[in-house]
Amino acid sequence: MRGYSAWALLRGGLGGHRHWRPAWRSPEPRKQYDVIIIGGGGHGLATAYYLAKHHRVSVAVLERAWLGGGNTGRNTTIVRSNYRLPAYQALLEHSLKLWEGLSDELNYNVMFSQRGALFLGHSDSDMTRLAERGDALRCAGIDAELMTREAVAKLVPLLDMSDKARFPIAGGMIQRRGGTARHDAVAWGYARAADALGVDIIQQCEVTGFAISGGRVTGVETSRGAIEADRVGIVVAGNSGHVAGLAGLRLPVESQLLQAFVTEPVKPMIDTVIMSQSVHCYISQSDKGEIVLGGDPDQYPTYSQRGVPMRIEEVAGQAIGLVPALSKLRMLRSWAGTTDMTCDGGPIIDETPIANLHINGGWCYGGFKATCGSGWVFAEQLATGDVHPLARPFSLDRFATGAMQDEAAVGPMPNHR
Amino acid sequence: MLLINCPLCGPRAQAEFNFERPVETIIGVDVPTAELVERLYTRTNARGPSAELWRHARGCRAWLRIERHTVTHVIASVAVWEPQS
Ligand SMILES: Cc1cc2nc3c(=O)[nH]c(=O)nc-3n(C[C@H](O)[C@H](O)[C@H](O)COP(=O)(O)OP(=O)(O)OC[C@H]3O[C@@H](n4cnc5c(N)ncnc54)[C@H](O)[C@@H]3O)c2cc1C
Ligand SMILES: [Zn+2]
Repeated sequence: MRGYSAWALLRGGLGGHRHWRPAWRSPEPRKQYDVIIIGGGGHGLATAYYLAKHHRVSVAVLERAWLGGGNTGRNTTIVRSNYRLPAYQALLEHSLKLWEGLSDELNYNVMFSQRGALFLGHSDSDMTRLAERGDALRCAGIDAELMTREAVAKLVPLLDMSDKARFPIAGGMIQRRGGTARHDAVAWGYARAADALGVDIIQQCEVTGFAISGGRVTGVETSRGAIEADRVGIVVAGNSGHVAGLAGLRLPVESQLLQAFVTEPVKPMIDTVIMSQSVHCYISQSDKGEIVLGGDPDQYPTYSQRGVPMRIEEVAGQAIGLVPALSKLRMLRSWAGTTDMTCDGGPIIDETPIANLHINGGWCYGGFKATCGSGWVFAEQLATGDVHPLARPFSLDRFATGAMQDEAAVGPMPNHR
Repeated sequence: MLLINCPLCGPRAQAEFNFERPVETIIGVDVPTAELVERLYTRTNARGPSAELWRHARGCRAWLRIERHTVTHVIASVAVWEPQS
């Protein structure tokens, strides 16, 4: 692989930029691989990269459409590790540390920007909960800073701090190491680096069935023929239930939509990520200058990738309530991704009841931040057959044993998160 | 947005309704634990036809059984919920 660098760019420029080559190959699928990964999103590609880097195995990534065209390329790119439950903290902090070195690791600028992830508190009880979470995070060695109302006002001067504010602001909690990254670059960077290590990335290749004999998986059927493998990993996000269904499995997953919205680009006005303890709306500004907005999921089962319009009004209303200046902007685009909402809000990283068939899914509306860590642990699982210690709390049987990982504490209803 | 034809109110926008749960997850209070775990915590989650319990929450408040396609969004039927159905 030719390295990307400022020098290479300069030299290429002098030669009229004729030096560019495709960033990865497009090989024909072979008859057999040690490991097949179904799904060419960030998680599948990160898994392939760490597999090829840390283990001597042949790997193929099979992607139904194009790389990163699923939730990886549709998300609002917030990266942070400041969850409340210890199992999330451990996995997401491992991930955040990988994010911090990712551009160098991949020789690809993923534009990881640690601009801070701020949670607003709107009441005394919000502030109590934020303080409690912050204490728990600091005990776990993760950065968290409680902020006064004045400090929040200084950090984000455009927030409505008046006494008539729709969402009065009492203070906040910030993770300064949190921030955003360029979603497409994450998929492309992992793909390019994995390809350079010999991973076959095969697009336009939909998995349509599994070869299973004697309770073990031995390969997959695809739109481009049958392929054998010793181990298979399902990493298909919103399609987890459907693909697992092809192997006769039922998951604790309901597929719902999450939407995102962007405004026209403007000069820098918000240089941190704004979230809230009580309102679902979250706001950041992309490097292009667009204001990126998200909110509640659509809360009913659908694979359609078409969001309900009522959410546009709701999210815009909340965003303008927090930052009134946003009312001047035109909304340019909205879109939706099919998220794999689980029955406790946590991911599922485990071997399925079918031997050698593994799954990493159920990341709901929050798995972009986990891309690196999720790929890291799943690579080890697919190489050795054993679930990585950081992933063990996210087992399939936790719903039967009662060891739920319910960060939001809302019970078995995916549409109430 | 779905247009849902409530049998009691007529066609209304999805904004008036809440999805509650897939019909397959509705269980009696006395089901054995294994069945309870299976029914409460797993879903067929079909990419296709789906039978669901909804509520006309911002309308007549009736519970409704809706049969719907999860890709095309075509609604095959809407009926007032009968607990034994
Ligand atoms: C609008 C929106 C906003 C979000 N915001 C955030 C955020 O701010 N922060 C955060 O941490 N998370 C966020 N998320 C969640 C995050 O995007 C996902 O959890 C994460 O990107 C999932 O990555 P993935 O690689 O598992 O899935 P995907 O990127 O969806 O990749 C799965 C791939 O599998 C492929 N596939 C499916 N079926 C098959 C098949 N049969 N054969 C072959 N391939 C198949 C798909 O085409 C797809 O490319 C958001 C999600 C959405 C939708
Ligand atoms: Zn009605």
